[in-house]
Amino acid sequence: MEIVVLLKQVADTEARVAPTADGLGVSTGDAKKIINPYDEFAVEEALRIKQQLGGSVTILSAGDDKAAEAIRTALAMGADKGVLVNDPAVMASDGLGRAKILAAALKTMAFDLVLAGLRAVDDDSHLVGPAVAELLGIPHVGGVLEVTVENGSVFCLRAADSGQARVKAMLPALLSAQKGLNTPRYASMIGIMQAKKKPLQTLSLADIGISPDSVGPNAAKTITKAFMPLPQRAAGRMIEGGTAQEKAANLAKALKNEAKVI
Amino acid sequence: MSEALYFTKEHQMVRSAVRDFVDRQINPFVDEWEEKGIAPLHELFKKMGDLGFLGIRYDPKYGGMGMDYWAETVFLEEIGRIICGGIPMAIAVQTNMATPAIAEFGSDYLKEKYLAPSIAGNLVAAIAVTEPDAGSDVGAIKTFAKKQGDHYILNGSKTYITNGTQADYLTLLARTSDDPGYHCFSLFVVDTNLPGFFVSKKLDKLGMRSSDTAELYFDNLKIPAQNLIGIEGEGFIHQMQQFQHERFSALPMAYIGAKRMVDQTVEYLKGRVVFGKPLITKQVLRHRIADWLTEIEALKALTYHIVRLKQAGQDATKEISMGKLLAGRLLCQVSDGCLQMHGGLGFMNEMWVSRAYRDSRLIAIGGGANEVMSEVIFRTSGY
Repeated sequence: MEIVVLLKQVADTEARVAPTADGLGVSTGDAKKIINPYDEFAVEEALRIKQQLGGSVTILSAGDDKAAEAIRTALAMGADKGVLVNDPAVMASDGLGRAKILAAALKTMAFDLVLAGLRAVDDDSHLVGPAVAELLGIPHVGGVLEVTVENGSVFCLRAADSGQARVKAMLPALLSAQKGLNTPRYASMIGIMQAKKKPLQTLSLADIGISPDSVGPNAAKTITKAFMPLPQRAAGRMIEGGTAQEKAANLAKALKNEAKVI
Repeated sequence: MSEALYFTKEHQMVRSAVRDFVDRQINPFVDEWEEKGIAPLHELFKKMGDLGFLGIRYDPKYGGMGMDYWAETVFLEEIGRIICGGIPMAIAVQTNMATPAIAEFGSDYLKEKYLAPSIAGNLVAAIAVTEPDAGSDVGAIKTFAKKQGDHYILNGSKTYITNGTQADYLTLLARTSDDPGYHCFSLFVVDTNLPGFFVSKKLDKLGMRSSDTAELYFDNLKIPAQNLIGIEGEGFIHQMQQFQHERFSALPMAYIGAKRMVDQTVEYLKGRVVFGKPLITKQVLRHRIADWLTEIEALKALTYHIVRLKQAGQDATKEISMGKLLAGRLLCQVSDGCLQMHGGLGFMNEMWVSRAYRDSRLIAIGGGANEVMSEVIFRTSGY
């Protein structure tokens, strides 16, 4: 079983982020970088499948020099090798551009199963997993909560609108991991020590046969015009009412009609 | 980032692994353990052992990681981020106080039987040196192990023993002859499930409340002769060397702990308005904090110098003693000052600073009191 995990390095979810002065980017300061938490579920699931069925787990990331650290962390968790597509165009690409790069890299590799996170917690576009599957012409199952591989097929439980669905897909397939799929393991000390000896290959766009014009800012299908800070939190409001019942009724009304949360 | 001057990428990965573990598996439970006066060490150490945290410096032959003193320092710095003193102390007993002598002077048998399972987290260790009438004056201990055939018969008592109610074995110093001088003691591994081992009581302490501390006694306890660590009669010398690991472990935890107290206090001062202005605007407080930051940095720099000495295989007894003295004073000073800056709120037990104040007090006493450190420093300074 050859499994490839698509992994993105993101700023720590606890980092304080703010729009840059020109409003066209986001500054994360010197925030710690982590593996996108949804991708961590994908790494964990890949390791579990490998433990059960054998084979190998490859971590594939498109990013900058720093992204190598995220790959090393996944190697310390137990993955076997890493591949980093490192090119300035990567960081300037939109989701579709990144998907093109990852799909092109996957075409140079052997795989039975590709695992990705459902979403990246930084730009939150929910796009890369399905787009890569589309570009490769393989099935995609999104938001998986359970995965079983059997006789050339993968059986998944996924969240659906008002329930859950069981989905079977033929391999090779791409699955994107939803929160709840598993609890990722910690990197052990032995894992950390072994990680530095594991192969981490760096590829350029040329190595995977992508012309620089087909990705990057000029080829982007979506352009972010401006980033805006979150609005300041408004002051709290006391719910009026003479009796407890009246207050509760007014609260329910406000939650339904104004906040639209129930 | 000056960290890159001292630590490799591998060290940084160790740091982030330990930090993650502390954040998720330790800190959320500290309040509960403090309340109970004990932590489930078998369960905690098993988790840490599985991840390889308990044998960073030890021989891979016994399950250790065979890493260097820098990696150990990273580990100690990160357990210094635990939000109390008791748990890091319990862990350091396992890694830096009760096992170094077994690793350095113990037989293969002892390493297989005790060191390896301690590294794996299957056994909980304690160090038993202090007695009711002998603390910093180690030579005054009375507990006696009398050789009899293939056993030593142990009688006496030990007190203030960290992990004492839960330990599976003690690394214990006892007299083995009545001769005067320092060559009449021996260090043993004592199984606590042997007949003749008793916990007389669990002690109630000012601080370090999540760590269990016990008074123990031994009534004709038969220690198998093969449980002697190193050379008979040289236990005092072995223990003095083991003390260097113990005292060193206090240093990273001290500067990390003190820095955390300062950081949290500054956050409080920013929000606390007195006479119309946040307290942080008061120069008298700012300068006091600057003094602490300076001393914290000095202790850290001394610690890194000690790590370099250790890496080069040089004796660091004097420098470690200096670091321990500085650490003990610094923690007392910073915790007292931070509590003062919190005013009445700082006096409330529910406040973190109240716990920090109580826990900090021990560092000037345990592992050799400040006064003993001063004596060692003077004696090793060539006058």
